[in-house]
Order: sequence, then C-alpha cells, then structure tokens
Amino acid sequence: MRLNYPPNVKVVRVPCTGRVDVLLILRAFESGVDGVYLAGCLEGECHFLRGNLRAKKRVEYVKALLEEVGLGAGRIEMYNMSSAQGQRFAEVAREMTERIRALGPSPVKKSLKREL
Amino acid sequence: MIVANRKSLGEILEMLKPYRKVLLLGCNECVTVCAVGGEREVGVLASELRLSRAREGQEIEVREQTLERQCDYEYIDQVRPFVGEYEVILSMACGAGIQYVAERYRDKLVLPAVNTTFLGVTLEQGVWSERCQGCGECVLHLTGGVCPIARCAKSLLNGPCGGSSNGKCEVDKELDCGWQLIIDRLRELGQMDRYEEIIPVKDWSPARDGGPRKRVREDLRL
Repeated sequence: MRLNYPPNVKVVRVPCTGRVDVLLILRAFESGVDGVYLAGCLEGECHFLRGNLRAKKRVEYVKALLEEVGLGAGRIEMYNMSSAQGQRFAEVAREMTERIRALGPSPVKKSLKREL
Repeated sequence: MIVANRKSLGEILEMLKPYRKVLLLGCNECVTVCAVGGEREVGVLASELRLSRAREGQEIEVREQTLERQCDYEYIDQVRPFVGEYEVILSMACGAGIQYVAERYRDKLVLPAVNTTFLGVTLEQGVWSERCQGCGECVLHLTGGVCPIARCAKSLLNGPCGGSSNGKCEVDKELDCGWQLIIDRLRELGQMDRYEEIIPVKDWSPARDGGPRKRVREDLRL
C-alpha cells in the first residue's frame, strides 16, 4: 500500500489489545511519551472474543487516572480497525499525532530530562 | 473479605506533600481480591504518584512492596531492614493493616491510601456487596441466612418497615429490602413459621458498643 504515517508513532506489538494492562500504559507515560493509542480489532471481531472490549474499558479507566494525575484524558485513545484497513491505520496515526501535538509535549518529559 | 475503596489521588498527594521518599505497602489478602490494594494497585498508585510529581517538576521516590498480610506482625517485620530509608509509609491495606503497621514502626508516620468500607462478597468480577457488620452475635439461623443487621438499612430485627416497596428499600430504589430477601428466603426454605416469631431485643455489647473487641484462644498461645 506504501502509505505514509507520522514517524513519531512507535508501534508496540501485542498479541491482542486485551493484553494491554493499565500499568503498561502508565509506564509508557512515566517514560515520557506524549500520548498513547490502542489500535484494536473491530468490535465484535476479536479473535479472543472480548480482548478489544476489555481494552476499551481499560482505556476509559486510564483516562480517569490521567485526568487525576493532571496529564489530561486527551493523551490516550482507543481505536478499532481491521488488519485490512491500512488506510485507516495511517489516518488514525495522523489524527492522534495532530491531537497530541496540539496538547503539547508531556510535562513529565521535563522532569525526565532534568534527571538525565 | 474486607472491602475498601481507594482514596482519591488528590487526597493522597495532599497527605504526602512534605515527603519525597515513600514506602508504599500493599497487602496480598482482602484488598487484593477487591482490587484496591494488591500488587497491581500498588503499581498503579506508585505510577500515578511519580507522574503527578514529575508533572510538577518535583521528585518522589516510591518503593513498591506488597506484603502477604498487614494484619500479622511476621509479615510487617519483613520491611524492617529498609523502612528507615523512607520518610513515610503509605499503606493500601484495610484499616486494621494500616494501624498494625503503625504499631510496629512507632517512629514512622503511616498514612492510609484506602477507605475501608465493609465485609462483603464478590457479586461478579468488579462488583462487591456488603454482607456482614461483625455485630458479634449472629442471627442468620433465624433469618433464613440473610442478615437483617447488614442488609436492612435500619438493621431491624423484625421487619420490614413501611419503607419497603416492591421489594426495594426507601433509602435507594436500587437497593433490595433486606427483609424482603429474608421473607423470600424463608418461604423458599418452608420456614415461614420463623417469620411469625418475634426476635427479641439484641444484645449489642458483643458488637462495637462494648468497646474494641479482642479474642483469645489460650490453647494456641505460646
């Protein structure tokens, strides 16, 4: 397909979005990422039946946590797309990049830099 | 199990304001089962604390440690070798655990990260419900195995009251009337004759009214 998507998106492969634990997401933010999004299979088409639905709930939970922490719920999102939707994958990567860029860099990153 | 609720992050941050080195203690028992203070929740809270402080450009060192139990001193003593390195202990155990940790480390401030709420059961994954208030004198044999103390909003021993409507309690329309549950259960058991018997006034002295309680089994003492 030779589609382009922003190079700032780092893909972390997991067997299913159901594997994505709340702590995995929080650790990513602790390491200084500006935003996280999950690209799960289409709802109702999870190979493991409910993996993407569980991920959706966890994303909602993390949104509340990020709001509490002060990073803002906007820095995380759940998307659904099938493996045949390369176009959509690139579109979402651009959409999320724009959203995070508008929010600015994670304030956590400043502290990380100081530590270095 | 003992069921608790996490305090809000804002409340916890306020308590921790003056401190930079925190020992965060989880408990592997009840609070693990009700997903409020086990190893995972310790990880999440530690992460939240680090993120909040980092956002404000402040430092915090959080050591995550989950004990087998915080209501037995053998386990609490496991942190003794390094407890001195921390300014404060933040405990995610129930109120009993938090207090026992404080008793074992008298020179350390021990802060609660959870609100201990009730003795209850798991209705389904992620849903817990109150069943017992530890009143010290069980009446479940009289009430079809449904507790009038814990499950009736008024703890009536001879109910229901006039607030019972269509099986629900006037306190909350979603809440089952405890006495409706008792009557339904007695009917299922064919024990409706029990309902005719007046349960006499309860002796509340074995409950909290008699002051803090203690249990001793002499044969087990060393």
